[in-house]
This record gives sequence, structure tokens and C-alpha cells, in this order.
Amino acid sequence: MLDLRQYASLGAALKDALERWPNETCLIEADRDREKVRLTYSDFKEMARPLCRALEDADFKAGDRAAIIMTNQSKWLISAYSIFFCGGVLVPLDYKLTAAEHLQLLAHSKARFLVVEYYLWRAITQSREFAKLTVEIVLVTEAPAGADLRGAYRWEEFKRKGEPQFVVRQREDTACIVYSSGTGGRPKGCVLTHDSYLEQCASLTAWYPFWPGVRYLSILPTNHAIDFMVGFIGPFVCGACVVHLRTLRPEFVRDAFVRYRITYVSLVPMVLKNLERGLRAKFDELKPRKRWMLDRLIGLNKMLTRGRPRVEISRRLLPQVHKAFGGELRALIVGGAFTDPSTLQFFYDLGIPVTCGYGLTEACTAVTLNDLKPFRADTVGKPLPGSEVRVLNPDSDGIGEVAVRSRAVMSHYLDDAEQTAQTIVEGWLLTGDLGRFDGDGRGHLQLVGRKKNMIVTAGGKNIYPEDIEAVFDGLPVKEFCVFAANYLWPQKTLGNEMLVVVVRLEQNQQFDDRLREEMISRNRRLADFKRVGGYLVWEKDFPRTASLKIKRGELAAEIGAGTARAGVVGI
Amino acid sequence: MSAPPADRTLDEILNLAASHFKVAREKLTPDGDFFKTLGIDSLQALDLLTRLEHHFRIELPDYELQGVSDFRTLANRIRARL
Repeated sequence: MLDLRQYASLGAALKDALERWPNETCLIEADRDREKVRLTYSDFKEMARPLCRALEDADFKAGDRAAIIMTNQSKWLISAYSIFFCGGVLVPLDYKLTAAEHLQLLAHSKARFLVVEYYLWRAITQSREFAKLTVEIVLVTEAPAGADLRGAYRWEEFKRKGEPQFVVRQREDTACIVYSSGTGGRPKGCVLTHDSYLEQCASLTAWYPFWPGVRYLSILPTNHAIDFMVGFIGPFVCGACVVHLRTLRPEFVRDAFVRYRITYVSLVPMVLKNLERGLRAKFDELKPRKRWMLDRLIGLNKMLTRGRPRVEISRRLLPQVHKAFGGELRALIVGGAFTDPSTLQFFYDLGIPVTCGYGLTEACTAVTLNDLKPFRADTVGKPLPGSEVRVLNPDSDGIGEVAVRSRAVMSHYLDDAEQTAQTIVEGWLLTGDLGRFDGDGRGHLQLVGRKKNMIVTAGGKNIYPEDIEAVFDGLPVKEFCVFAANYLWPQKTLGNEMLVVVVRLEQNQQFDDRLREEMISRNRRLADFKRVGGYLVWEKDFPRTASLKIKRGELAAEIGAGTARAGVVGI
Repeated sequence: MSAPPADRTLDEILNLAASHFKVAREKLTPDGDFFKTLGIDSLQALDLLTRLEHHFRIELPDYELQGVSDFRTLANRIRARL
């Protein structure tokens, strides 16, 4: 791999990677069972050149911001590289947000440029808020012939030849602004420097190296911190190959493991669970004799891999299982949300190294990761090289708020000094997550809950109650407030997370079917992963500040002490 | 070839969803939230999309499911491609 200490920016490192491995395949893009794109590092450079020239022609300057809203595909990475090459700041936005949310974050980030997939651009142009678009130049990919692009340009139209000028950036310059939340409330744009990414990349690849010939299956959205690092920067600075799928249908994902003999893949727990479900169903279909044999072989594998993974032996013991994953899988990397230890154990017992980590956008990508020495299903691993992790004010069980200090931590939240000051205190990032170091003396971190009022879905999405409350504005009740259930009723475990809308009715008002229907209808305006799971009728007025803001902390404590979680009614 | 009547498309989707996820047909309504009534996550919903593709002999990109959580809207998206 490249020696990242020698580079001042992501652009410089990526540029050298394209020179270093010209004939290695860097990208494969498949749609269902059809391979659409296969690029070497040299091809990648050629494809980026016209876009770099286009950015130059548009007077794109060092530090200018450019957003990308696209599903995983080669053009995502080519666009990102071109932006870095030209000295820009990348703003990767979640393609699953609504058009209104995209417009809001584009405005907040002050992006001058936008690269966007056609169907997403179409949604943005049809949005009622389209007039609020603040971006100057829009490049749309894969637009059908004759489509009205409302002033945008076609990505594929750029054919300018000639060598663009590389723009030098320094380690302390901003590389990316990544939104961790805030579409309905205060946007939290994490400002991450080139130094953050280069440091993070060096420490991750020290434990899980890539090399030419490694094939990484990119399933998580590339805008997500994990895929951006291990599905782009990491493989590229090591000469490895990234495989993109244009569909995430489980059957095509399963095929891709075999077709491309995948080496690594990162998953959120929801996908891992889906794979587990599929395998368990297949095991259940086996005839009793074969099932008996399988169980014995799994037992033997467990015994042989107790201390460390022994992939070669596991592949021989359980060839059918390993063939289903392509036969060359070295690790399933799981993160983004709480993972059920039994699911992790299930895969490890089959001889598939599965490594669980912990990270947050504010810390670039990962803070801790399991190094499989030995495998632990009950922890999120050990701090990565270069990361210091502390548990603040531990209670008698050693549980306290997890704090992180490393060069990978963001420099600040964009245009929000107040939130920055609350989150980074004396150089330590306060994560809002509760954890403890387990007693094995090896520094394994266990997460046990959240201090902050938010949830993380099994799909790895952070949902803050403040961000979704707007949808309930005007609900015919005296007042309402949305909370994470685990914030109201803290529990010393993760998982089982849901949002609850707490309503205070008007005097003499009854909670009737009409109100319930209204609540359901409003809830359904939210994306499925953002919806509240239940409601609670509260009998007292909400405590408020002098400026009439709800005192959320105080109200949560009152509710937690005054009622039980069982009182929540599902909607 | 013109698309079949809206009701028929919807009905076929409801029947297929009920049998695929082993849920009683009468529990499913056109405007019901299929994540909730079928008890599925977004990946299982993509699985349903595949079944629907085979049934209607069309190709549905994943994004056709983005923001959709009720059968009626899904039926409209499918009808637009028939």
C-alpha cells in the first residue's frame, strides 16, 4: 500500500494510487447479473480527467464545496476523486433522504456543485422547495435522452481532453463535510480534514490490510462513513478492487459473493441478519442425516477456531457454506448499529471471521474494532491504533460515557460553535454512548446504552427526535414531544430502540380513533426507518423554559420516573 | 398493450405478499403499511419486489421502493411500468 505518511491530502494519495497500479482492476459495477463497468486504475484516471477539466472550466477553486447524491456506483468514486483532485471539499449526502432534505443540506453546506443521479435529481426538481436550490452547477448522471434537466448538465457530456492541474491541499484543510443528522433540526455537518482520513485509513488498514487482488463488496451507501473509508479510500490506496452492485436485492448480493470471489464486505446488522436468516432456512431444509453432520462439523470448527480464525481449515470443514460466500471471504465487517452477539457468533462458528466495530461520523469512521485475537461477540473491539478511548465518570459497574481522542476526530460541526463546544471538550469527543471496558485486561469496549436522546436503526441510520418532530406539528393536542424510548427508560443494553411520541391532551380531550388515525397518517409521511413506534399519553403539562422551549431532559426524567415503558401504545 | 385495471394489479400484489410472507390475506389492506403488516425490513421488501418482477414480468429498479410503504403506491409504480 502507499505510505500515507508521505501524503498531505486524499487527492494526492489517490492520484498516486492511479499511477502506481495502472493495470489493476479498481472498479467493477454490476446490475443484477449483468456486469456494466470494469475499470483499471488507468481507466479510472481517464474517466476522471474530463470531469476535472469541467470543474476547472467552471472556476472551481481550492476549498469550494461539491456535493454528491448517488447510489453506489463507479461514477460516485470518479466524481469524488475529481473533486479532491481539484482541491474541493466533498459533501456526501445520503441518497435516501427526501428531496426537501437534500435541498436543506445543500443550502447548509453551501455546496457550489452537485453531482446527482437522474432519478434523485428528478425528485429534487419536482419538490415544492426546488426554488430554494442554492447550488450553482448540477451534473446529472444517466439521464435519459430528451429528459428536461432543468438547467443541469449531463455528467456523460464532459469529454474535454487535456491534462487538468492538480490542486495541492494540506493535512489540516477540510476534506469532507459529512452530515450525521439534522435534517429537521440543527444540521450536524462534521468537518473532517485530510489528516483525519489519512490517519484513520492508516490505522484501519494496519489491522485489515488490502492489497492488489482484494475485492471489496460495497453494499453500504458510499456516503456512509464506513463505506467511504473501506469501500473507497482504503482499497484505492492499496491497489485493491471495489465491487458495486446497482441493486441490493438479497439474491444478487449473494450471487456477487460467488461471482466476484469477494474478500471483504462491510455490512450493517440488518443485512447480516438477512444473510443469517437465509442460511438458517437452508440448514433447516437439510435432511436429518445431513443436518446432523453439519452440526458436528460446526462443532468441530468451533473448537478449532476458539483462539483465532483459521479460515483455511474452516473452508475445508464447511465447504458448502464457504462456497456460498465465494470461497475467499476473509472478513465480514459489521458496524453502524448494535449487532446481536448471537448473529456474530453464528457466522464465526461457521468459520467466517466477522468483526464488529464501533464508530461515529464525528470520529471519521471507526473508533474500535475487533482484531479477532480472539473473536469476541460481546464487545465492539479494541481502540484502533492512534485512538484513545476513555469511559468518563464510571459508575460502580464501570459504566460511563465513552469519550474519544484521536487525529481522526472531526475538527468541528459546520457553522455551529455551540454544538461543537458541547461535543468536543478539552480535545475529547463525547460520544453520548455509554460503555465500559470489560475485565479481560485487553481493552475490549462494551457498549451498553445511550446517554443521548436518539436511536440508531439496524440499518445504521442515526435518528434524532428533533429531526422528525416537524411532521407532527399541528397535531390536535395541547402539546407533544418525541423521545427515544431508551432515553426515557434507560436500559443497560443496546437494541430494541424505538421512538415514542409523548402527547399531552387538551383539558377534557379524549384520545379517540380520529387522533390515532391522524397520528398514523402523519407518521407515514416519514421515511420508514424514521417512524415513531408508539405513543404515550402524558397527564401533566410539559416543563418549559422562559422562552417556552420544552425542557426535554426534565420532561424525560419525569416520564421515566412516572410511568413504565409498557405504557407505550404501538402505532 | 394497456395496463390491467388498477384494482386487479393491487389485488395481485396483496395476494402475492400474503403468500410470500405467510400472512393472512385479510390482514392486508391497500393503504396498509407493508413494513408493519408484513413485519418485514427494507431488505425483505426488496425481496418482495423481486417476486413482483417475476409475477408481472417487468424490471423494477430498487429506487422504485424508496419512500413507498403502502401497497397502493407500490401498485401505481408497477402499473406505470406494465
